[in-house]
Amino acid sequence: MIYRETGQFKASYAADQAIFRLVEDRIGMGAILFLAFVVMPLVGSQYWLETIMLPFLIYSLAAIGLNLLTGYAGQLSLGTGGFMACGAFSAYKLATAFPDLHVLLVLVLAGSITAAVGILFGLPSLRIKGFYLAVATLAAQFFLLWLFNRVPWFTNYSSSGVISAPPLAIFGDIWVTGFEATPVAKYLFTLSLVSILALAAKNMTRLKIGRAWMAIRDMDIAAEIIGIRPMTTKLSAFAISSFYCGIAGALWAFVYTGAVEALAFEINVSFRVLFMIIIGGLGTICGSFMGAAFIVLLPIFLNNTLLALGLAEAVALASHLEAMIMGALIIFFLIVEPHGLARLWQILKEKLRRWPFPY
Amino acid sequence: MTTAATDLRLDSRQAATGRRQRRIGGVLLAVENVSLRFGGVQALSGVSFDVRQGEIRAIIGPNGAGKSSMLNVINGFYQPQEGSFVWKGERLARMRPHLAATLGIARTFQNIALFKGMTTLDNIMTGRILKMRASFLEQALWWGRARREELAHRAFVERIIDFLEIQHIRHTPVGKLPYGLQKRVELARALAMEPELLLLDEPMAGMNLEEKEDMCRFILDVNEEFGTTVVLIEHDMGVVMDISDRVVVLDYGKLLADGTPDEVRNDPRVIEAYLGLVHD
Ligand SMILES: Nc1ncnc2c1ncn2[C@@H]1O[C@H](COP(=O)(O)OP(=O)(O)OP(=O)(O)O)[C@@H](O)[C@H]1O
Ligand SMILES: [Mg+2]
Repeated sequence: MIYRETGQFKASYAADQAIFRLVEDRIGMGAILFLAFVVMPLVGSQYWLETIMLPFLIYSLAAIGLNLLTGYAGQLSLGTGGFMACGAFSAYKLATAFPDLHVLLVLVLAGSITAAVGILFGLPSLRIKGFYLAVATLAAQFFLLWLFNRVPWFTNYSSSGVISAPPLAIFGDIWVTGFEATPVAKYLFTLSLVSILALAAKNMTRLKIGRAWMAIRDMDIAAEIIGIRPMTTKLSAFAISSFYCGIAGALWAFVYTGAVEALAFEINVSFRVLFMIIIGGLGTICGSFMGAAFIVLLPIFLNNTLLALGLAEAVALASHLEAMIMGALIIFFLIVEPHGLARLWQILKEKLRRWPFPY
Repeated sequence: MTTAATDLRLDSRQAATGRRQRRIGGVLLAVENVSLRFGGVQALSGVSFDVRQGEIRAIIGPNGAGKSSMLNVINGFYQPQEGSFVWKGERLARMRPHLAATLGIARTFQNIALFKGMTTLDNIMTGRILKMRASFLEQALWWGRARREELAHRAFVERIIDFLEIQHIRHTPVGKLPYGLQKRVELARALAMEPELLLLDEPMAGMNLEEKEDMCRFILDVNEEFGTTVVLIEHDMGVVMDISDRVVVLDYGKLLADGTPDEVRNDPRVIEAYLGLVHD
């Protein structure tokens, strides 16, 4: 009975396995990409491009990284900031030691170094889980930052502690880091990189490696008996997650702030990224973007609304409100909807459409 | 389809017993002198038995007799203090889960062990993971082997889905499925490994009569059509007597009896230790 009608469904399996199975989703995605790649660079002010879109995109990348590890592979990490710092400092060392290295190579190598560091700090995950693992990754966070602060080699023996990222060009004289880089160049460069990496992450999560991660997350005993090796699976999650976080850290230092400093990657960054994936949705790539958008935009939105209302002391009030709203939302999502905004969006879509086929 | 299924159900037992006799081959797996202790608890003591190619082998015994422990030893999840295995004539000092999987030993669990956050389809596709060869980069790029493999495995998995009649729940997260269907998905995931030896830990526990009949039919069909060797633990004596070729009886971790259903049924020690309990 199992052997029948081979091949007949091939075309439809390919369609069934497309990332966006529905026409509406494909149109929606096309529209978002058009807005992001064409409309935004044309109409976006410098404020929008540099102060809103850059941190949003870079945080999204870090959130994808953490989501691969925590949302998909089920390994809780509080070391995101440390891994981002590792990426930033690796990129700095590479770019200063080899000034001719292309910016893409700098980023990929920085990500790879961070991946190796991630594997190292992922080793405890082979023995411990959950809360204890979180504490172990917290140790990574503190150790890495301590290292970059204390060992002058990492800052090329600079006396000030704040060092500026060297200028790098994507082609010819189109600079994407340093003083000569235009907001549009920086934005488009970051956007392209984040889009490609997000697509790669999506592909991984729906293929072998992603299934192995989720299997280990959901039921490690059964996973092992199917032939999944817990060690390589967990360490691969640490490696790839750290690769993403490393590139995010390098982009943050080189493209967004232009300064390489450990201070930018303190523990609160780790928590921010964790909150992003909780609010956006554990185990979804698109949720990582939603969470990042929410957390980057919330303070800006609050500030502007309060200012528009003419409230004095708006800044202090906004930050209080921000903390309260975030706290409430995190509790809400943890208890009610662990799949976060991404899931709420999906439910909304399901209600909105009348699709004749259930699958 | 419906009539075919009904026909199958009606004559599967006779057909199975009729055809299976001829297919049973040499010893596929021999378990020799296995002893397993947990602290002070002696879960298994000196148990030996063999499983022949193509047969349905039942393991029965009262609660806590060590049946599940035996399966855990066979697929390398528990390491026994003593004992060894012979797999297709080759002696193995120890078994490891990964080795068992590569040898072609698949398994379902007494307490369903599905990947709850994944859909039925993804659960079953995960069962084919050892057969996937695509490199990490090919996967990230959805390119080359990654793409070809995914479609080929999908086609194979669809045949299992058709076979077990779970088409309608393909894209449902398994955590949301009722118990009987979860058991079926777990069987599907094990079948996706194309196992030579299928270990089933109480595949029919907690099912209603109809679900039990379906499950019996699936087990018999798998055994007949693919020659898959089956070792199953089951408490329902009717089922055991009907579908198994030979039965191992465990009691307090010891081998109490080993033989055909008829031999075992008439063994006085078995009646005393096990069947006696049932009639209490
Ligand atoms: N991981 C473990 N740690 C400690 N003791 C265990 C473990 N697994 C099994 N045991 C013990 O080994 C003995 C045999 O258990 P096992 O689960 O193999 O029995 P069983 O025959 O499958 O029973 P049931 O019919 O209830 O499923 C029991 O006394 C049990 O408590
Ligand atoms: Mg048991």
